[in-house]
Amino acid sequence: MSTDNYSNPVSLAAAEGGTAVADPDALLSVSGLQMHFPVRRGLLRRTVGAVRAVDGLDFTVRPGETLGLVGESGCGKSTTGRLLTRLLEPTGGKVVFEGRDITHLKQRQLRPLRQDIQIVFQDPQSSLNPRHTVGTIVSAPFQIQGVKTPNGTKRAVQDLLELVGLSPEHYNRYPHEFSGGQRQRIGIARALALKPKLVVADEPVSALDVSIQAQVVNLFEDIQAELGLAYVFIAHDLSVVRHISDRVAVMYLGKIMEIASRDDLYGSPRHPYTQALLSAVPIPDPERKGEAASRERILLTGDVPSPLNPPSGCRFRTRCWKAQEVCAQQEPPLVQITMGSRPTAADHHVACHFPD
Amino acid sequence: MTPRPGEQPAAKSHRPDPGSASRGAHRMSSTRADYDDDGRQGHAAGRRYLDPFLDVRDLHVHFNTEDGLVKSVDGISFQLERGRTLGIVGESGSGKSVTSLSLLGLHKRADRKGRGGARITGEIRLDGEDLVSADSARIQELRGNKVAMIFQDPLSALHPYFTVGMQLSEAYRVHNKVSKSVARKRAIEMLDRVGIPQPDSRVDDYPHQFSGGMRQRAMIAMALMCDPQLLIADEPTTALDVTVQAQILDLMRDLQREFNSALIIITHDLGVVAELADDIMVMYGGKAVEYGPAKTVFASPEHPYAWGLLSSMPRLDRPVQDRLLPIPGNPPSMINVPSGCAFHPRCGFAELCGRYSAIGSDVCSTAVPELEPTAGDAGHLVRCHLPVEVRRRTFDEQIRTHL
Repeated sequence: MSTDNYSNPVSLAAAEGGTAVADPDALLSVSGLQMHFPVRRGLLRRTVGAVRAVDGLDFTVRPGETLGLVGESGCGKSTTGRLLTRLLEPTGGKVVFEGRDITHLKQRQLRPLRQDIQIVFQDPQSSLNPRHTVGTIVSAPFQIQGVKTPNGTKRAVQDLLELVGLSPEHYNRYPHEFSGGQRQRIGIARALALKPKLVVADEPVSALDVSIQAQVVNLFEDIQAELGLAYVFIAHDLSVVRHISDRVAVMYLGKIMEIASRDDLYGSPRHPYTQALLSAVPIPDPERKGEAASRERILLTGDVPSPLNPPSGCRFRTRCWKAQEVCAQQEPPLVQITMGSRPTAADHHVACHFPD
Repeated sequence: MTPRPGEQPAAKSHRPDPGSASRGAHRMSSTRADYDDDGRQGHAAGRRYLDPFLDVRDLHVHFNTEDGLVKSVDGISFQLERGRTLGIVGESGSGKSVTSLSLLGLHKRADRKGRGGARITGEIRLDGEDLVSADSARIQELRGNKVAMIFQDPLSALHPYFTVGMQLSEAYRVHNKVSKSVARKRAIEMLDRVGIPQPDSRVDDYPHQFSGGMRQRAMIAMALMCDPQLLIADEPTTALDVTVQAQILDLMRDLQREFNSALIIITHDLGVVAELADDIMVMYGGKAVEYGPAKTVFASPEHPYAWGLLSSMPRLDRPVQDRLLPIPGNPPSMINVPSGCAFHPRCGFAELCGRYSAIGSDVCSTAVPELEPTAGDAGHLVRCHLPVEVRRRTFDEQIRTHL
């Protein structure tokens, strides 16, 4: 298929209309989200530059859906997670949760919001206080928010433990008495304590053994079916993200390269980076190994450029085999893919001058 | 119950659990069916080698700890030829890394009373030379020279205080009487070979100036400095992104072809193993539970643990499943390995086993199954009490559709 089918260059108006703002039933919508960490040098700590960890994101999360966020290390996925939960304050852009702008809320104003947005961290070992019992850890949200439960906090905590597949008798144990998978369950129980509407899971299964990963992934799905919450599932493992997500966003150097429904993204990836990423996943089938597999595989050369000084135009152009002059001059906006004039797959957005 | 056709005689296949971990008991238990009388010949997956390049036989690595005896590796055997690749797969604590470290003689050995270190028994024959009984000076000669290792985390395996070039040349100069400048030239050559751009200037960089993928390349370059004949890669790509992982796997495949070395790749990622390995050994609780040619193990795995591993991971080359089928429970603690078949507390087929066993319904928790050839393929060994035909039927009827 030739690139002529796509109207190109795309109108910028469509891009700025933003994919985010248009959706009125969005639980969370993000537009132009930026996080630039200042780099300070010298005696006066003068700002000499900025790490552009997140550099203009637009997306939405709808109630009850799972948005997968994938990308290589250093692409800004974890920073995005922290911005959504407002553990970090964005340096630009907007985060709107249930119609309310939460971008620059103060600590005090944020507190009630924490009931609705929670986070599960990657490393259950370091995200649980080793000196607190499971009971203390999981009941902390109730204490902090001053939430009263009908049968007392202890009962509520024990129900939560049961929900995540732990035994209520574990109430008085310490984190070190649990295995990695069980610890991750404790972290999940804590995140679920106040019945949030959105849980940001930052690499929740990466530190777990293969057989345990599947248990925790199933747990996430069961809880979603039961409580109807929405996930932002951040991971680098493309097959896990495919399994759990309804929609997937691919990030590269602080930008979204492509966002689409799961089946569209994995079935017909349009962005060269997405294609390269998918082709790099090793397939557990020895029949495919060797020559045949390596011919299909798109090998990217070099490394991810530094977010201190990202390439001009399209950020992926330095490693892209399709790059042309326009890629260095103009940054491709994230736009809906069109076939001639009509949109193809609903909701398939890609930021590329020459999408497939 | 009468023994079923295809089942091994009961005496051979159902050995009572030795219970106590005495050394004698283990020596006895190691009389395995797959060695000929002269003890020289063994089943390697798929073929019989008369004189394999690497021949590990009945290797035990036990640690005496305050909490009790830890049998990290409990009687594993495998063979490997030059130019071939063995993949060792298992979860954390299955003993795969301990195996690789013992091949390099990197364990502190216990004293004569078995205190303070690893107690290693069995044989590791490299090119006919036994490494278990060799003295440390001899091991040191081999290490980095004939046998080399690529570690998981290059940032902690490389010294932060020395330039990459110095670390590479050191590896070369330990084993070869050459001047610094010759070693440096060799280092630049190897950095170039593993695909580091501008090797003659990067050779003077420190590890922190390299990116993750480049560090791993530098590690590979270091391992290849002395043209090793046996290369051990312990989770070589676990810390890397998939795009970089693809580059490194390609590199390892090319280099192996070029240097004709034997490669052992240790990982928990079945995808990585499928990419590289000719043979696969699945480890659980310090023992090999399944061992065979990669194609056979992936196409028709016979151990319930291997089924579990394969069905618990989502795959990009298959339609999306509604649910993953995880293995229940947790990997066992090595201090307290379950009796009998170490996998039985997590196995969905333990009851089925009991029904077919001559010993009784609790066979899985009382008797350690032997690693035995399955009926069809002599190179495919499985450690399970289920009779072969029941295993195959179960796989075809219940498991295959979920893979």
